[in-house]
Amino acid sequence: MKLRRRQRERLSLWLQYLAFIAIIAVVFLAADWGRLKDAFFRVDIIESMFPTIITVALRNTVLYTLGAFAFGLVFGTILALMRLSRVAPYRWVATAYIELFRGLPALLVLFLVGYGIPIAFPEREIPGGVFGSIAIGLGLTAAAYMAETIRAGIQAVPKGQMEAARTLGMSHFTAMRTIVIPQAFRIVIPPLTNELILLTKDSSLAYVLGVTAQTIEVTKFGRDMLNDRVNATPLLVAGLAYLIITLPLSQVVRRLELRYAKAR
Amino acid sequence: MTTTPSRPAVEIRDLHKSFGPLEVLKGIDFEVAQGEVVCVIGPSGSGKSTLLRCVDLLEEPTAGRIWVNGVEMTDPDVEIDAVRRGIGMVFQSFNLFPHLTVLNNLTIAQRRVLRRGRAEAERIARANLERVGLTDKADAFPAQLSGGQQQRAAIARSLSMEPKLMLFDEPTSALDPELVGDVLTVMRKLAEDGMTMMVVTHEMAFARDVADRVVFMDGGVVVEQGPPQEVLGAPRHERTRSFLSRVLDPTHVAQLGLPEQSPEPPESPRLPTDERHNL
Repeated sequence: MKLRRRQRERLSLWLQYLAFIAIIAVVFLAADWGRLKDAFFRVDIIESMFPTIITVALRNTVLYTLGAFAFGLVFGTILALMRLSRVAPYRWVATAYIELFRGLPALLVLFLVGYGIPIAFPEREIPGGVFGSIAIGLGLTAAAYMAETIRAGIQAVPKGQMEAARTLGMSHFTAMRTIVIPQAFRIVIPPLTNELILLTKDSSLAYVLGVTAQTIEVTKFGRDMLNDRVNATPLLVAGLAYLIITLPLSQVVRRLELRYAKAR
Repeated sequence: MTTTPSRPAVEIRDLHKSFGPLEVLKGIDFEVAQGEVVCVIGPSGSGKSTLLRCVDLLEEPTAGRIWVNGVEMTDPDVEIDAVRRGIGMVFQSFNLFPHLTVLNNLTIAQRRVLRRGRAEAERIARANLERVGLTDKADAFPAQLSGGQQQRAAIARSLSMEPKLMLFDEPTSALDPELVGDVLTVMRKLAEDGMTMMVVTHEMAFARDVADRVVFMDGGVVVEQGPPQEVLGAPRHERTRSFLSRVLDPTHVAQLGLPEQSPEPPESPRLPTDERHNL
């Protein structure tokens, strides 16, 4: 019997649905849910984690992330402008910095900032204590990535925009600040969101600076609880806590992009 | 050197411009009097846009000197931002600022460059929007306008700086044919109001009706210039005649036997048209 084209397509589609459902069913039935629940989903442990995981740990994760992002954004923008500068030494310094800090593990940079700076400048403190160290330590690496993103954004703004601004009598600096950079940032919202989400997770590196009960963040909190209760439930809860940040963030950014869509 | 009313709006002396080994302008001498409307015509690649962009120093001349309202643009120490305030530039691709509303497109330079207050800047902006017939589009974003509306907004943006000289670089070349008329009407009104204008254009009807003088350029030099009825009606040079016949009567070019003298650079290798049919 020869099937017609639409019949063949429908058959193929149904076979794929069936295979998909079969795989899920096998995994679902084969797993030992009782043991899994004991290891990862002990309700009493979950209850004991609240409200501290939200009021202290998640709050700190958000603060560290925003601090590092703000530092990285400002410094990254400066680096991007240096890379595009007419002054050759600016370009050299920015390029060297970007190549260096993109290559180093964020953990190492954070460690160097947290312990190196206090040794180098014994009389001075990093403003903001642990928060400042983390914001700068993670921000230094983030700036290197963001600099390249922002540079690409600036270069994606059509040349005619700068020309039009200059013919209206604006200086290069004013044209850059009021015309080119605002458009560049609209272009790089999606990659900068990526960076923000990556930073959210990188904030878990804060443990290398020896955080206290007040400065603890989500991952360290989960791991401490894991050791304390000898059960993996806290890790699962900690992991879900990150989603509380990242999922709404994606929604906010999607809205932002829609709002800017007509102004592009 | 100070601005004196007796000086021409634009003076160009022995202007040369090269892009690498390619010499685009080969010695231009040229003037635009105060209040004069000059249309520059010529085949593509003749250097007419480059000439216009040199006047505003968007292109750095290789040699020669340019004065605008008595200020030497080619002086290395010229306060370029200050001089450009007095020169309006309208681009083929409009170049409105897409992240700003039409009103803010018109006010941003007034506020940042001329330091006008918001109220004054908006008053001037709205007056200029009315001049170009876009009163109702003040709060729209450029992307919400048609090409013709965008170009009129761009003209209004330049006018908001109250320039003494307006430069137009093929202002209607990117427009759909039915939108060209609105823009040309605005430009004609501007000319009637006494604005000094230098217009690079392919709109021969506009050149004939509005220009005080038409300049025909080809191969980086001014071939001939004069009142429109002379240059367009009774051209003295063969190259001008050839160009005009191509522009005004493009379907009969071959019959006139002129393609040999094509002012265009040699055509790039022809598309292998046959291959498309083999797909």
